[in-house]
Amino acid sequence: MTMITQETAKKLLTKVLSFSQADECECNLNGRTAGNIRYARNAVSTAGEESDVVLTVQSTFGKRTGTASINEFDDASLEKVVKRSEQLAKFAPENQEYVPVFGKQKYLETPSYAPSTASVTPEDRATAAGASIMPSKKSKMVSSGFLEEEVTFSAIMNNKGLFAYNAATNVDFSVTVRTEDGKGSGWASQDVTDVKQLDTGKVSQIAIQKAGGSVDAKEMEPGKYTVILEPAASVQLLQNMARNFSQRTADEGRSFLSNKLDEGEEGPTNKLGQKMFDERVNIYSDPQHPEVPTAPFGQDGYPRKRVDWIKGGVVTNMPNSPYWAKKTGMPYIPFGGNIIMAGGDESLEDMIQNTRRGVLVTRLWYIRALDPQTLLYTGLTRDGTFYIENGKIKYPIKNFRFNESPIVMLNNIESLGKPVRIDGNMIPPMKIRDFTFSSLSDAV
Amino acid sequence: MASLVLPVSGIAVSAEQLLDKPMDVAYKKKLADIALNAAKAKGATYADVRIGRYLNQFLTTREANVDNIVNRESAGIGVRVIANGTWGFASTSNMTPDSIAKAAEQAVAVAMANSKFQDTPVVLAPVKGTGEVSWQTPIKKNAMEVPIQEKVELLLSANDAAMENGANYITSVLFLVNEQKYFASTEGSYIDQDVHRLWAPFFATAVGKSGFKQRNGLGNPVGMGYEYLDGKKEDKIIISGANVGYKNSYDIVEDAAAAGQQLQTKLKARSVEPGKYDLVLDPAHLMLTIHESVGHPLELDRVLGYEANYAGTSFATLDKWRSGKFQYGSEIVNLFADKTQEYSLGNVAYDDEGVKTKEWDLVKDGILVNYQATRDQVHMIDQKESHGCCYSQSWADVQFQRMPNVSLKPNEQDISAEDVIKDVEDGIYIAGRGSYSIDQQRYNFQFGGQLFYEIKDGKIVDQIEDVAYQSNTQEFWNSCVKTAGKSDYRLGGSFFDGKGQPPQVSAVSHGCATTRFNNVNVINTARNV
Repeated sequence: MTMITQETAKKLLTKVLSFSQADECECNLNGRTAGNIRYARNAVSTAGEESDVVLTVQSTFGKRTGTASINEFDDASLEKVVKRSEQLAKFAPENQEYVPVFGKQKYLETPSYAPSTASVTPEDRATAAGASIMPSKKSKMVSSGFLEEEVTFSAIMNNKGLFAYNAATNVDFSVTVRTEDGKGSGWASQDVTDVKQLDTGKVSQIAIQKAGGSVDAKEMEPGKYTVILEPAASVQLLQNMARNFSQRTADEGRSFLSNKLDEGEEGPTNKLGQKMFDERVNIYSDPQHPEVPTAPFGQDGYPRKRVDWIKGGVVTNMPNSPYWAKKTGMPYIPFGGNIIMAGGDESLEDMIQNTRRGVLVTRLWYIRALDPQTLLYTGLTRDGTFYIENGKIKYPIKNFRFNESPIVMLNNIESLGKPVRIDGNMIPPMKIRDFTFSSLSDAV
Repeated sequence: MASLVLPVSGIAVSAEQLLDKPMDVAYKKKLADIALNAAKAKGATYADVRIGRYLNQFLTTREANVDNIVNRESAGIGVRVIANGTWGFASTSNMTPDSIAKAAEQAVAVAMANSKFQDTPVVLAPVKGTGEVSWQTPIKKNAMEVPIQEKVELLLSANDAAMENGANYITSVLFLVNEQKYFASTEGSYIDQDVHRLWAPFFATAVGKSGFKQRNGLGNPVGMGYEYLDGKKEDKIIISGANVGYKNSYDIVEDAAAAGQQLQTKLKARSVEPGKYDLVLDPAHLMLTIHESVGHPLELDRVLGYEANYAGTSFATLDKWRSGKFQYGSEIVNLFADKTQEYSLGNVAYDDEGVKTKEWDLVKDGILVNYQATRDQVHMIDQKESHGCCYSQSWADVQFQRMPNVSLKPNEQDISAEDVIKDVEDGIYIAGRGSYSIDQQRYNFQFGGQLFYEIKDGKIVDQIEDVAYQSNTQEFWNSCVKTAGKSDYRLGGSFFDGKGQPPQVSAVSHGCATTRFNNVNVINTARNV
């Protein structure tokens, strides 16, 4: 597929709207062209290229809404998808929470597209994979990895005057290196907007080093430990917390952001404005962040701007929906496109040097919620867990299962390092005291 | 409260209006041949092509409100080739002859580019071309054809029942999937399949003075039509003092009403005392334990290291299998794989590389005897016939090894769930799937559930809360002491099982009867923050 430009998208969506007979019609056109290479056992296992464009049409009569999507673009198909959404709308019951679509909006400029990422070839991918496989082979280790680059665009148009368009690029690379006997395993990753910044060889060296260093791990008793969580270890806990930040569920009394009812109180209230975390915790979203730019609008075409979620440990904003915002008299604040957590200047190495006793965690795996009231999660450490003593990595240790809440994690901060990009977010390495490990795992 | 009769009028949306007829088979064959010929012309030694039309319908309701009704359609073609002994893949949604030929050529180019890192060429287990064949999920009522308002009414009735019985909030959803897929290969197979799946989950919440509790529906995702939601009496299994289990049809309204009542009990229920307990696990719960601790570790690609960078590897290594003595479970543990069980999510006639599906043993009398494999893997375990485990979530993604149905054989004596419970002195009965987490080699796991009941002296007594059990796969399956018989055997399933990079979902069922495990470590998941 060739990339659909802003002009072409506008023309196509104008044609789609011309078929509409609904009171409100909003169309989302999303396209993705991606190439990937996957390797394992030091050889390429699968590789491919894919491209698809999907048109989604939402039609509304009064408060009755229907949505249909299609990936064929001849005139007959365009008309078919519009009619299908209208049919669905006509037979749908009224949505009592329906809020009209937005009219014309102004958007920020965001640097989310890098042209070099759009010109990656199968040979480029093979070369990048080779730069990871060859040093592993040389070190008598076994490398498995995945590299994928994607070019995406999203365009939105409705019959109330809104038009939005954004193109974005992204490259994800991750690699697991294991020793031939399976006794050691190391992992590292890099994600970038511009493929020119990608260095699969350098990233693979970290995984090779961790794999070699994690052989013959010793057992440590489960319990509470001071941990240094690399950004890859804490990012999912933070993402899970962000997903549970909704104002509505807090207002309904079914969130960690709900106040418990005191005797005699009638309805639940939320914790907006309350200090819930260490004052060094500052978390926000920003579509214009130079290292993790995102589209300047979400699925509904409403503009994204910088929003502070937690400032100085205080819950500052909660995302909501247009309906809930209106109902509660709050401004509409959509969920952010990235998570940016402020940190300090220390590097991971500095943080290790400044630790008397602790556990270094490379990443966490299979994280699942145990209790949504306390945001208690379980999961396991993976691919490089080490004991730190007197500022040095002393020896590798067996993986732990943890049962811990990000609320506790963000209250027990010892120090925060320099944030780095991970999965499209900026997260600092964190030194946390009293992190709860509940059992040992034999997994390597 | 939602009224039981919807304030909507108008004629039902017929199948013809809502969804067009599938593409003509002769036309699909023509398109497939274009891809196969283009791949061969560029030097492919093998090629297969999948022409897919994937239809989804999702209905989401919340309390008395319909949040959205979404119809999705995606059509396209994926071409997979072997060139220079290496796999290559490309796909396109543009189904013109030129575009299809170009995708095939692109797949060959990808294979050629990657072959420089291929030390050993791909070896495929032989498959005889099928010629032109077709298959359809044996559904009685095509759920896509059921009028929207009938489906909405059912969900809102369930919401209503939950709210009237003690829930404060409920979201209920109906997921419908129809995969119209056509497979062709250079070996002379032309296979047209029409696959249907359905899932109707709900998520109910009750808020009390000291916090809130959740209870999800106990219905299963199935490879059936809308008839699954008929809720026939004969498909109910009643566990006295606890819940109702559902076999091949599900009464969502009844289950939602029970959820409302059980939520109110949950708000007041005692928190579990941690320790070792004998567990009795109901099929709607045990299915996920089977999925995580048997299904995944016995995927051959994991065992060999192909999933090392994502899903992980496996403790069930080849040396353990080769020994012929690896005691995966106690001697009453018999686990089998198949893609043929009626009503199951994995049920198809051919997998996504044209292999006829079948049933085979994974663990026999407690001993590990086999894995799950595809055509390019079986030679690595000295076998000549693929197990038929190849699947792709869509035309756009490359097919690879995915879990077939993996199930625990029921007791040959047809005893009931209550017969299993009656000998337990101090135990916990767990129903429904809850939180689940397992390490990347599938040793250490921790599972929760939806409903927990204390068992005292062979009887279910109080509902309790905050239960999860932590164990090790081999230790756990070796603590299996009793399972109920075929009358209690039920299929549970996972509708969106994730694996691979880029990640793909697949749907898979797990059958079992109510089963007892002795002396398992139970933890308390409540915590103050």
